[in-house]
This record gives sequence, structure tokens and C-alpha cells, in this order.
Amino acid sequence: MVSQKNIRDELNIKRQCRSYGLSMWQCPQFLFLVMGIVIIATSALYYFIGSYFGNNMVLVALGDLLITCVLLIISFVVTKNFEKLAEISRMKSEFVGVVTHQLRSPLTNLKWTIEFLTSKEFSGDATRQEEYYSNLRENVRRMVELTDTLLFVSKMEQGLVPFNKKEVSLVEVVNSLISEFKSFALASNVVIDFIYQKNIPLAYIDPSQIKIVIECLIDNAIKYTKNGGRIKIVLEKRDKDIYFEIKDSGVGIPEKDQNFIFQKFFRAENSKKDQVRGSGLGLYIAKSIIEQSKGKIGFTSEINKGTSFHFNLPIK
Amino acid sequence: MKTILFIEDEQTLQKTLGDVLTDNGYKVINALDGETGIELAKTKNPDLVLLDIILPRKSGFDVLRELKENKKTKNIPVIILTNMEEAENVEKMFSLGATTYLVKTYYSLKNILERIKKTLGE
Repeated sequence: MVSQKNIRDELNIKRQCRSYGLSMWQCPQFLFLVMGIVIIATSALYYFIGSYFGNNMVLVALGDLLITCVLLIISFVVTKNFEKLAEISRMKSEFVGVVTHQLRSPLTNLKWTIEFLTSKEFSGDATRQEEYYSNLRENVRRMVELTDTLLFVSKMEQGLVPFNKKEVSLVEVVNSLISEFKSFALASNVVIDFIYQKNIPLAYIDPSQIKIVIECLIDNAIKYTKNGGRIKIVLEKRDKDIYFEIKDSGVGIPEKDQNFIFQKFFRAENSKKDQVRGSGLGLYIAKSIIEQSKGKIGFTSEINKGTSFHFNLPIK
Repeated sequence: MKTILFIEDEQTLQKTLGDVLTDNGYKVINALDGETGIELAKTKNPDLVLLDIILPRKSGFDVLRELKENKKTKNIPVIILTNMEEAENVEKMFSLGATTYLVKTYYSLKNILERIKKTLGE
């Protein structure tokens, strides 16, 4: 019974394609079936051409060429889709690696802090004890933050994230985030300039979502501006939109990676080489939020010179 | 008193291991990024360097390379303290001259202290 069920499952192409999360025309199993049908149909056609026009060798050769071309195109599509599946699989493995690594840091912190608190070395000093409990709280917070991000992506993809749009002052959001990033910028030897027009209108967006976007862009700009530098944030009214731009003097995005930068789990080659922390989810989330808010996001970048991310948001 | 330079961008880890080392009679100097780490290694002449790999401003690999290329610092033993354990990275650490490497999550503070003492010949 089990083997019969397995055979049935193997033959259920629709179900298999759904499990890959691909459309039927992108699914290798379905395309193989189509290719098989095309081969049978063309073989029959070829037989008839041979039977009726056997003495016309040019027509037979042309028919043969046409059939070969059709089969080549289908094979090309199948191969391309296998490549896509392999790429998805590679990105997922890389993502598991990144998440594991990011969870390991707070886990090491928890492990060492608990060991310290319970070991003989611990002096018993109340102030010291409070510091270590604060370490524990901070690292639990980091782990919660990471798992929350993963859950957020999952919910966002299912359309389950509520967008409570209202009028928001982006000047206030940016200023508050610059304060939050002050110590990180200082430690990274990075100066942040914020230039904005006076009396800039309010944007119509979910305040918590736009905070996620700007937070991600500022964080990236600082992280990728190695050996110190300047970050310039510009906020202005352009036609019926509010325009936001953040320009860094950092490592830049390699040209070959630029097409994939908003893809889920994608991390540019130089970010991995330079060992910059990141889950490969920030820009993917940022793009989804901006697009769901009826805005547009983009960037320009030059290697070793810097990157500039910008987005437009509608004014109510 | 022997001096240990701890190059690690996680301040909480620096604090915990740093306290254990101080309590055990070592002088600990901390660096939060690769570049500062190299500078301190050159100027403070530590007896041992504890080095993380994922660091701001200069990765642990670059720090290790520079330390081993510099006359002043090339003989200082370097223990890599990281959460990386991919074969190619471990190979790279040793080819650049690391004395040993320890995966943070696998080692307790006590184990790390023992390895430090062993490396310092105590």
C-alpha cells in the first residue's frame, strides 16, 4: 500500500510542483511531461511526413530541423528551471547558515554569562550581578528580535501583516533613528548628516513599518562604510511624493550583484568577504514595505565609492 | 602579570571572559574592531591575542595576516575565538598562522581559560 501511495505521489505532478512553490510552467516535472508529449507528437508527425513526402528529402530535413529546434527550446527552459531550483536551495542553505551564526552570538553570551554567574569566580558583588543579568536580558532580546524578523517575513509573504496607515512625519522618524544609531555610528567612525526641507508634508504610511525600512537603510549604510566616512540623508518633497535618500561612502555593491540586492536571503559577494553581519532579509523587507505603501525604492552604487538608496512615498 | 589582547566586537563577551581572565591574574586589553586591535598589538606588546573573525573595520583574517607579517607581532600566539567552523575558514586561519581556534559556543569559560594557560606554557 505504501509503495502504491508513493508511486501515486510521484505521478502527481501538480502536487510536486506546488511543493516547490513554482508555477506549472516553471516546474521541471511538468515541463518534462510536456517535453515527452512533444517528442511523441513530433515523432508521429515525422512518421507522417516521411510516409507522405518520403521522396522530398528537403521537406523531411526541414521537418527534422524544426522538431530539433522545438526540443532544444524545451530542454533549455527545463535546464533554466532546474538552475532556479538549485539557486533557491543554495539560498536557503546559506540563510540557515546565516541565521545559525546570528543566533550563536547571543547563545554564546547566554552560555558564558550563566556559567560566570554560577561559577566560583563570581565575586557575589550585587552591582556586578546586576550587570550580568542585564547581559542576559539583552541577549534574550536579540534572539527574540531575530526570530521576530523571520516570523515577520513569513507573515508578510502570506499578506498577514496589518498596514495601519496614517500621517507620519518622516523628519521625526529619521531624527529619532539617528539618535538610536548614534553609538554605533561613533564606534564605526561614521558621521551622519541629515538635510531636510522645512515644512515637509507628512507621509501616509504605517509608522512602525517605515521605521523598519529607514532603520535597515541606516544600519546598512553604517555597516558598509568601512574605515570611517560620511552618510548623508536627504528628505524633500518632489511633486506628489516625499523623497528619501541615504548616501554612504562605503564599499559599494558589485555590479554583478546589483540585480539581486532586493532578493530574499541574498548577500553581496563583498559583504560576505568583508564578514559584515546580516541576514539577507533587510532590503527584501524594505522593498516589500515600500511597495505595499504605494512607493518605489531603488539605488545606485559604485564599487569602493559608495551606495545611495532612495525611495518615494505618496503624500496623502 | 601576562597581558592578553582580546579583539572582539561583542562587548558582553569581552566583559564576561575579560572578568574571568582578570580574576585569574591576567591583564586584559580590549579592542572592539580589527584596526584598533592591530594598533594595540603593536603598541602594547601582549603575550597572547584572542581574536574574533567577524569584526568591524577589518576582519579577523586581515588582522591575523597583518600581525603575522609584522616583525614586532609575528611571534605573539593568536587564539581564534569564533563561531565559524567551516573547513575552508579553519584552513585559512591555520595557513595565516593561528596557534589554535576555538568555537565559542562549544567551549566553556573554564575550557578557554585552560587553553590560554596551555598556550602561554603555564
